[in-house]
Amino acid sequence: MPWPTSPRALKALLADPMGAMGLVLVSLFVIMALAAPILAPYDPLALNVRAKLQGLSWAHWLGTDQLGRDTLSRLIFGARTALSISVTATGIAGAIGLLLGLIAGYGPRWLDAVLVLVLDSVNALPMMMLALAIITVIGPGTFTLILVVVLVSIPSYARLIRAQTLSLRRAEFILAERAIGASTPRILLRHLLPNVLGPLVIVLSMDIPVVIMLEAGLSYLNLGVKPPMPSWGNVLYDGYTSIRTSPTLVIAAGAPLVLATLGFTFLGEGLRDALDPRLASTRPR
Amino acid sequence: MLSYALQRVGLALVILIVVMLAMYGMVFLVPGDPASVALGPRATPALKALLTERMGLDQPVLVQIWRFFSHTLQGDLGVDVWSKRPVLDQIAEAFPHTLILGIVALGWALVLGIALGVISVVYQGRWVDRVLGVVSVSFISVPSFVVAIYLLLIFAVWLHWLPAIGAGKPGDVTSQIKALILPSLAVGIGWVGYLARMVRASMLEIMGANHVRTARAFGLPERRVVLRYALRLAIVPTISVIAMGLGSILSSAVFVETVFSRPGLGTLITGAVFKRNYPVVMGTVLVTTAFYLLVITAADLLIAKLDPRVRDALAD
Repeated sequence: MPWPTSPRALKALLADPMGAMGLVLVSLFVIMALAAPILAPYDPLALNVRAKLQGLSWAHWLGTDQLGRDTLSRLIFGARTALSISVTATGIAGAIGLLLGLIAGYGPRWLDAVLVLVLDSVNALPMMMLALAIITVIGPGTFTLILVVVLVSIPSYARLIRAQTLSLRRAEFILAERAIGASTPRILLRHLLPNVLGPLVIVLSMDIPVVIMLEAGLSYLNLGVKPPMPSWGNVLYDGYTSIRTSPTLVIAAGAPLVLATLGFTFLGEGLRDALDPRLASTRPR
Repeated sequence: MLSYALQRVGLALVILIVVMLAMYGMVFLVPGDPASVALGPRATPALKALLTERMGLDQPVLVQIWRFFSHTLQGDLGVDVWSKRPVLDQIAEAFPHTLILGIVALGWALVLGIALGVISVVYQGRWVDRVLGVVSVSFISVPSFVVAIYLLLIFAVWLHWLPAIGAGKPGDVTSQIKALILPSLAVGIGWVGYLARMVRASMLEIMGANHVRTARAFGLPERRVVLRYALRLAIVPTISVIAMGLGSILSSAVFVETVFSRPGLGTLITGAVFKRNYPVVMGTVLVTTAFYLLVITAADLLIAKLDPRVRDALAD
C-alpha cells in the first residue's frame, strides 16, 4: 500500500471533501500549537482580576475567565498542550505496540499466548476505569496522562501488528528469505517492518482525536494537566462553573474541542479510505 | 457449542483473575508503603499501624493474595477509608443509576441510529444520505462531555425545559425521567452515529443479496423489502457492537455524571480518586470489569447461537 505522505495518497485525500476539510482543520490546529506565542494576544497565565468574566470585546475576542485571563490565549496554548500530549503518547504507544506485536507474531508460540492473554486482560478493563485507577496510585499530572494513554492504547496496536505479522510470516517472499538463510533481525527489520508500518500510521492518526478527548476530559475533571497550565479541558471546566452567569466562556472552550476532534476524524477517515479501506472504521470510545 | 461456551467463560475468568492480581499488585508498585498510599496525606503512625494490620500487610505476600481473593469472592471489597462504610454497599447504591443511564443511552442509539441508517439506505447516494453520513461521523467524534455541557446550557440554563443537575426526586418517576433525558442523550450520541453507519453498511450489503432480489422480483412493496428482509438481518451484527460498546459507555458516563451531578459509578469513582480513597476505586474498577466481561461473553455466546455461520465456524 502507498505511504500516507505519497503524492497519490494526498491527491485521493483532497478529492474527498471531508478529507480535505479535515486536512485544513488539522493544519490550522498544528499552526496554532506551533506558533502559539506569536498568535496569542496575551500571556495565557497573566491574571487581571479587574477584567474577570468579560464577554466578547475587541480587547478580549473570546472574553476572559474568573481570574481575568484571556480565553483566546488560553485556548491557543491549549492546542499546544493537546497536540504535544497526544502526539507523544500515541508515538510511544505505537512504538511499544509495534515491538510487542512483532514479538507475538513472529516469536515463539508460547510467548504469543502469554502476550495475547496480557493484552486481552488490559483490554478487558473499561478505558476510563483503568485511567482512574492509575491516577489514584501515582497522582494526576502530564506524565500520568501520557502513561495512561500509552497503557490503554498498546493492546490494540499490538494486536493489529500481530495479526499483520502472522499473515505475513507465511507469505512467499518471507519464506524465500528464510530459505536463503536470512537472519531473523533482517527479516523483521527489512521485510516485515515496512509492510506493517503503513496501517499502524493510519490507526495512530485516527487515535489522536481520542487522546485529545481523554486529555481534555481528565483535565476537565482536574485529573489531567496541572493548573494553571492551559488545557481545553480546564478552560471548559472554568466555563462550566460560571455557565449561568457568563456562558461565553463555556461556549468558546467547547468549540476547539469539537473542531479538533472533527478535523482529526475527517482526516483519519479520509486517509484510511484513500489508502487502506480494510482497516476498521471509527468507533465511539 | 458447549465447548465454545466453556472456553469463552474460562477465558473471561482467567482475564478477571489477571486483572484482580494487577489491581492488587499496583499498590506495591508505588513508592512508599501501601498503607500510606491508601491513607494519603492523613497518615499518622498510629493510623498507619492500624491500617497495616487491617489490610493484612504484616502477613506474607501469598497469604495476602489469598485473603484478597477469598474476601473479594465473598463480596467483601473492603471498607471506605473515609466513611468506614463497606465499599460494596456504595457500589450497589450507585450501580442502578449508571445502569439505567447506559440502557437509556443505548435506547437512543438503537431508535435514532437504526432510523437514520434506514433513511440513508432509502435515499442512498442522494444528498440526504451524504448529509446523514457527515452527521453520523460528527456524532461519533464529538466528546460526550462537551455534548453534555452544551445540552445543559441550551435545554436547562437557557430554555429551562429540563433539570440541570441530579437524578430526580426519589419516588417521583416523572422527575426521574426528566433528569435522565439530557445525560442519556449525551452518553448515547456517539452510538447513534455509529449504529447509523453500521446499519447502513450492513443493509446495503444485504440489499444486494439474492433473497432480496427475489423478494423484489415477486413484486413486494419496497417498504416491506427494506424493513422485513434487509433490516432484520442487519440487526444481528449490532448485538456484538453494542456489547463491546459498554466500555465506552461507562467512560462517557463518568464525565456525563459529573457534568450533571448525577449519582452513579462515575461520580463515586471520581470522588474517590480525588480523596485517594483506594478501596473504593479498586472496588469500582473490579465490579465494572467483571460486569463488562460478563456482558461481552454473553454477547459472544448469543451471537454464536443466533448466527448459523458463526456456529458452523466454531464446530470445525
